[in-house]
Amino acid sequence: MSIKGLGKELLFLDGGMGTLLQAEGLKPGELPETWNLTHGDKIQKIHKSYFEAGSNIVLTNTFGANALKFHDTSYSLKEIVEAAVKHVKEAAKQAKSSGRNVYTALDVGPTGKLLKPMGDLSFESAYETFKEVMIYGEQAGADLIYIETMSDTYELKAAVLAAKENTNLPVFVTTIYDERGKLLTGADVPSVVALLEGLRVDALGINCGMGPQQMLPILEQLVEYTSIPIIVKPNAGLPKQKDGETYYDVDEQAFAEVMEEIVKKGACVIGGCCGTTPKHIQAMIEKCASLPVTPIVEKERTIVSSYGQAQELGIGSKIIGERINPTGKKRFKQALKEHDLDYILKEAIMQQDAGAHILDVNVGLPDIDEPKMMKEAIVELQSITSLPLQIDTVDAKAMEAAMRIYNGKPMVNSVSGKKESMDVVFPLIQKYGGVVVGLTLDEEGIPQTVEGRIKVAEKIIQEAAKYGIPKKDIVIDVLAMTVSSEPEGAKITLEALHKVRYELGVNTVLGVSNISFGLPSRPIINANFYTMAMLQGLSAGIINPASEDMMRAYYSYHVLMNLDTNCEQYIGRYGAAPITAASENKQSKIGTMSLQTAIERGLKEEAYMLTEQLVKEYKPLEIINSYLIPGLDAVGKGFEEGTVFLPQLLMSAEAAKASFSILKRELAQSGDTTKAKNKVVLATVKGDIHDIGKNIVKVLLENYSFEVIDLGKDVPPEIIVETVLEQQIHLVGLSALMTTTVVSMEETIKQLREKAPFCKVMVGGAVLNQEYADMIGADFYGKDAMQSVYYAQRIFGEE
Amino acid sequence: MDRMTKEAIRYLGYGNHAVDEQTLQLLLNSFQDLKGVAEPKSIYRIFQLEQMDDESFKIGEFEFQSHSLGRNLKGCDKIILFGATLGIGVDRLLRRVSLTDMAKAVVLQACAAAMLEEYCDKCQEELGKEMAQEGRYLRPRFSPGYGDFDIAYQKNLMGMLECSKKIGLTMTESYMMTPTKSVTAVIGASTRKEHCPIQGCEVCNKMDCEYRRGTR
Repeated sequence: MSIKGLGKELLFLDGGMGTLLQAEGLKPGELPETWNLTHGDKIQKIHKSYFEAGSNIVLTNTFGANALKFHDTSYSLKEIVEAAVKHVKEAAKQAKSSGRNVYTALDVGPTGKLLKPMGDLSFESAYETFKEVMIYGEQAGADLIYIETMSDTYELKAAVLAAKENTNLPVFVTTIYDERGKLLTGADVPSVVALLEGLRVDALGINCGMGPQQMLPILEQLVEYTSIPIIVKPNAGLPKQKDGETYYDVDEQAFAEVMEEIVKKGACVIGGCCGTTPKHIQAMIEKCASLPVTPIVEKERTIVSSYGQAQELGIGSKIIGERINPTGKKRFKQALKEHDLDYILKEAIMQQDAGAHILDVNVGLPDIDEPKMMKEAIVELQSITSLPLQIDTVDAKAMEAAMRIYNGKPMVNSVSGKKESMDVVFPLIQKYGGVVVGLTLDEEGIPQTVEGRIKVAEKIIQEAAKYGIPKKDIVIDVLAMTVSSEPEGAKITLEALHKVRYELGVNTVLGVSNISFGLPSRPIINANFYTMAMLQGLSAGIINPASEDMMRAYYSYHVLMNLDTNCEQYIGRYGAAPITAASENKQSKIGTMSLQTAIERGLKEEAYMLTEQLVKEYKPLEIINSYLIPGLDAVGKGFEEGTVFLPQLLMSAEAAKASFSILKRELAQSGDTTKAKNKVVLATVKGDIHDIGKNIVKVLLENYSFEVIDLGKDVPPEIIVETVLEQQIHLVGLSALMTTTVVSMEETIKQLREKAPFCKVMVGGAVLNQEYADMIGADFYGKDAMQSVYYAQRIFGEE
Repeated sequence: MDRMTKEAIRYLGYGNHAVDEQTLQLLLNSFQDLKGVAEPKSIYRIFQLEQMDDESFKIGEFEFQSHSLGRNLKGCDKIILFGATLGIGVDRLLRRVSLTDMAKAVVLQACAAAMLEEYCDKCQEELGKEMAQEGRYLRPRFSPGYGDFDIAYQKNLMGMLECSKKIGLTMTESYMMTPTKSVTAVIGASTRKEHCPIQGCEVCNKMDCEYRRGTR
């Protein structure tokens, strides 16, 4: 099935449905989709009036028809969708459409739920929900799928994938922007376009939220970024209320006039949303029918995106943070083995704060389930950073799992010139979209000459074209060889880099630090090579953004090449007092302060520096017993007596944590074996997504030397029981915020009693009290965070 | 000190105690950070309110019962359904800060709650002006979950307001709002100006709550 003339001539959609249904008697609180079954004649009448007004494409009355909204009604979803499609087809037959092409579009709106990790609907469930409706729609005879009013790129991706994988229908998508040109979940125009073009939709655009006038600036951005047909479907102005009714006040003529401008600016599929009527559509068609369509220009922008931002390669040079990678990092490997996601997340935050634009994510380790780990890491990373991610793996399964679950258009690292590699990676890029890193090596190895590497690059570009992957979605890595063993290596790399960028016209990427392997003071070589590479056309360097040498090279390069307007970035970073003076200041600040005082007053930096001084003279255990524990105890007591408050308690805890980080390092170095820690499992119960209380308890328990196994939020009872049995845990702490989730807490306790009777359970959370805790069978109710520490000490006999 | 900061301090459990300098600094920084990520949005719709008896009401096809809300709505012939959110950016910031600094996270959380209340108050003030033009006075807003006004009604409110589509406010299976810093409420409107004793916090039975207004 294809839509004739799409992109070449104007196609007209229909207009609003809701306001017309209200006029026919739909009551507040009633589901409009049920009218397909109860008031079929009225639905058909509305569709018919749009066909008669001149619409080519009419949308079914199925905006909210999905299993999530219809699970507790007496109507079957299948019946509703079938009837809805039938009504449009019947209306098309009855209306006099004077021989023009007409189509029935299955209308698909959002689920009304927020996806994980910020909400509680999983990506897979969202996918299944859309899939169901789309299969019914195609079976019933719809000609295309029209996904609209989407305000979350993640939900949008689930919907488009569901359409692409389960039907053969063309897919049109429109999203709802606010006046600043952003979706409710934060995405801007370039990131939405990158995502949708990557997923190969047939047309994209804007609907709802605003009137035609307000959509103009967003349309301009769409024209600037997209290479596919643009849809514009505005409301009849901004909503207003009078006598309790919502209404829209842009009349037919005014609407039609702006729509004319919209066509002239580049839209080629137009219609109306809330508040528009057959009259609006008729006036619009009369005004626009004879206008020519602006030809679509292919855009050559290389863009990767996340849910919240897009990064364009080829403008200045971009920084890809390399730190999320276990290669050569003992602590990182340990974190992966222990499933310590927080460690990975902190690396991400550190790199973002240091100035990275994109983060490389590599979690490959021989003895872990990489696809599973990769998926989890991607989801968690996208809950704390809006930076686009680079999926870095040689495991095809992990690559696909990550690309599927990724919210945006990812960068993918990597494909090589080997046939085997291209056969696996290109189909994934074709399906999910992405910018892929092409390594200039093939079956013969890494070519020793500039020409050899260019040849491999050309081969990669040609093979990609067979999959419909354009040059702009490929970034070539000409590979940096170790200069100590290959004296000509850097020269070859730099020359190849230049040719790829300026002769082949393709963006470039390079893992920079490999160059200095085996040499002393590597940062010196790295930073200089980095500058040289940028000068030769490096679009993105994979570097450590925490390395000040590299960042100095980066910022200076952009100033010197006039890529940093008014030197703003440079001044922003280096305009303050010199760094050396600042550290001297801190030294004088600690003066004669004792570590115990620093802990009690919650001074993190001071505690850190004082500990660094103390470890030169004392053993870690002495420091813990004479400074840390007394400090923490004093604060804990003050908290109980009501003289110290929660923020202060936690500032002390953070200060102690900073101090412990040094002591742990010292203990590990001295090989001093400390006794095994007592383990406590913490979880926010199933259905509950508030985890701040649990996190407070975690910080405190850790400071009192407990090992905390943090299962996170919304944790099913089964997972808690499983963990307790597997690791023989004797204490579990559960948190719940509301009466609606205390039920899951009770269920968790019940299951623990049955399967792990040796395990004690402490509970806490806003809605709980002693009485409630007794009722659900908990062993202990902690009215505040310190109480849970004292209870844990009692249980493990540590008092 | 402005009211919003004072409220945040109350949420942190300080009662009538003076806040320490370091926490105050954290509070100021937190409000600053929030200004960068919060995108307050709200939606309301005004409906005719039908009162069946002391504690039963009807809006269109939607019926609801609540004794405590009944006292609040007595004598109202119109009702405003109201939804507001600070947006998902605040949740992301909270999550991020929870990983690196719990003290900051806790303060941020309190500040976000205070900021949301302040925003709702402003919205309500605007609504009050609008309703005053037609000679109606507003009652204090009342949310599902207050007193015996069942939290399950939140679903109806959000549906009738089209919260997810209009302002990106959704709800989990357990009736938790996402983004978390969000409010849904009803506001009664009556032609008679009456002092209504039933505000938000005071209707709660938890008399020993350390966060209760006017305690400690």
